[in-house]
Amino acid sequence: MSIEIRNVSKRFGSFVALDDVSLEIPQDSLTAVLGPSGSGKSTLLRIVAGLERPDSGEVLLSGADATGLAPQRRDVGFVFQHYAAFKHMTVRDNVAFALRIRKRPKQEIRDRVDELLELVQLQGFADRYPSRLSGGQRQRMALARALAAKPRVLLLDEPFGALDARVRAELRDWLRRLHEEVHVTTVFVTHDQEEAMEVADRVAVLDHGRLEQVGAPADLYDTPASEFVLRFVGDAVRLGSRLVRPHEVVLRRWPSDGAVEVEIERIAVLGADARVDLADGGGERLTARLRREELDDLELARGEIVWASADGSALDAEAGHALR
Amino acid sequence: MLNRLGLRAIALGYLVVILLAPLAMVFYRTFQSGLQPVWQTLSDPATIHAFEVTLIATGIAVPLNTVFGVLCGLAVVRRRFRGKGLLNAFIDLPLAVSPVVIGLCLYLLYGRTGWFGSWFLAHDFQVLFALPAIVLATVFVSVPFVAREVIPTLRELGDEQEQAAATLGATRWQRFWRITLPSIRWAVIYGVVLTTARCLGEYGAVAVVSGNIIGKTETATTRVEELTQNFQTSGAFAVSLVLATIAVLVLVAMTLIRPREGAL
Repeated sequence: MSIEIRNVSKRFGSFVALDDVSLEIPQDSLTAVLGPSGSGKSTLLRIVAGLERPDSGEVLLSGADATGLAPQRRDVGFVFQHYAAFKHMTVRDNVAFALRIRKRPKQEIRDRVDELLELVQLQGFADRYPSRLSGGQRQRMALARALAAKPRVLLLDEPFGALDARVRAELRDWLRRLHEEVHVTTVFVTHDQEEAMEVADRVAVLDHGRLEQVGAPADLYDTPASEFVLRFVGDAVRLGSRLVRPHEVVLRRWPSDGAVEVEIERIAVLGADARVDLADGGGERLTARLRREELDDLELARGEIVWASADGSALDAEAGHALR
Repeated sequence: MLNRLGLRAIALGYLVVILLAPLAMVFYRTFQSGLQPVWQTLSDPATIHAFEVTLIATGIAVPLNTVFGVLCGLAVVRRRFRGKGLLNAFIDLPLAVSPVVIGLCLYLLYGRTGWFGSWFLAHDFQVLFALPAIVLATVFVSVPFVAREVIPTLRELGDEQEQAAATLGATRWQRFWRITLPSIRWAVIYGVVLTTARCLGEYGAVAVVSGNIIGKTETATTRVEELTQNFQTSGAFAVSLVLATIAVLVLVAMTLIRPREGAL
């Protein structure tokens, strides 16, 4: 099912959560809505699910207006950051909930729940209560529950936000594979740019309730539409009057056109890469990211003066006019 | 200095003096002169009728205030409306106002010249000094208990589970029966237990509005008073004993409920 968000605005009191946002989410895509906290990303997802009403604008599901439709009639699966597990029900009853509501035959429910528990690798946990599951297990249960009635859209609100780093990485991977297995239009909200870039095939960036840019992860990185996107999606450093990616900074031992004279403050070797902290004449700090061979060739040392430039910056060529 | 043992001794000593000693006294005095007078009082039709009246009033007040308490809790926690603070304060009114004053208010309202009283009089329906007044008084004094138990539990519960149920296709009605009610069930049960205890023990308001007509409008508690007035002390103790036994059973029920609450 495709989702179309048209000119949606939403306020909470005097706080503007969403300001005239329009976004199309194609069928079967895996889209990330990325933004800092308070950017309106969760509100947008909740409006798609029908858990919030927009003040103005429309939401279309499969081309049909769904703006005023109650959540229970939208055919969406929703996964909450804090799982929203039904604490008084076993894992099996949690997963079976949507099917019981739909009054499916008992045998069908049993089979479907077994199938889903296998999908989320919780086969042995059917009779446990959620309080006896780990965070990662609860979130997988919540996913199985959301998928039970075969929704046309799967919406995930910071699904991995409450989990520790290792479990988070595992579940990311798993979500990506799940999406390839179960073809369902999926939208997830995150504040973690790495998570968005790694998992999604399309990323929509929100800031202060406004949509900043939509595109493939590589597009956002290489050709950010605004300084906000540039800074939020990957690192950025200021070199003279320009913003560039740290890995685009080139260090030379002699001056050249447009190069900035900098002093080396610190060199940190990080595996195959190295990070060089620099300070220019005005005391502005910046970071360059070099490959180890480059670092070794230059024979740099702390306290030395070098010249930094970024002539080949893609940002400069494609979007520089917007950023200067 | 008060170490933990000292504190415990003080707490226990206080409970023994204030609560346990009078209770033990009732047990002791009841059986002091043998079982015969106890049985005599308890099998007296007036006593049996008094217990019936109490049970009828309790049987009406408890379901009524359970439904009201749950609805009230949902309104206070989940909705925003004008006068919400006022409603929240009004729930506690029966706890703040002395039952005697409540009884007097009912007396004035439903008396011959009262606002409602004159209407009922015109329709030939006896409220005061009859069962309806006893029921009204019992309902009034036992309003707060379910609501007071349910409100904090609902606050703590939040509404995320209900939202999840909505996205899974559950209607408002299904969400209430399958998610909300099971989640607050221990609070409701605990509230029902407290309400029952309060209804059984109600004296002040009932004493004012019932008229204490022997064999007609006496409740268990007013029966105790009436027996005491007539120097039938062992009879009064016997009725008190039954009331105290019910109270102890209620306490036991509560203690059985509590640990499960923690396990959930």
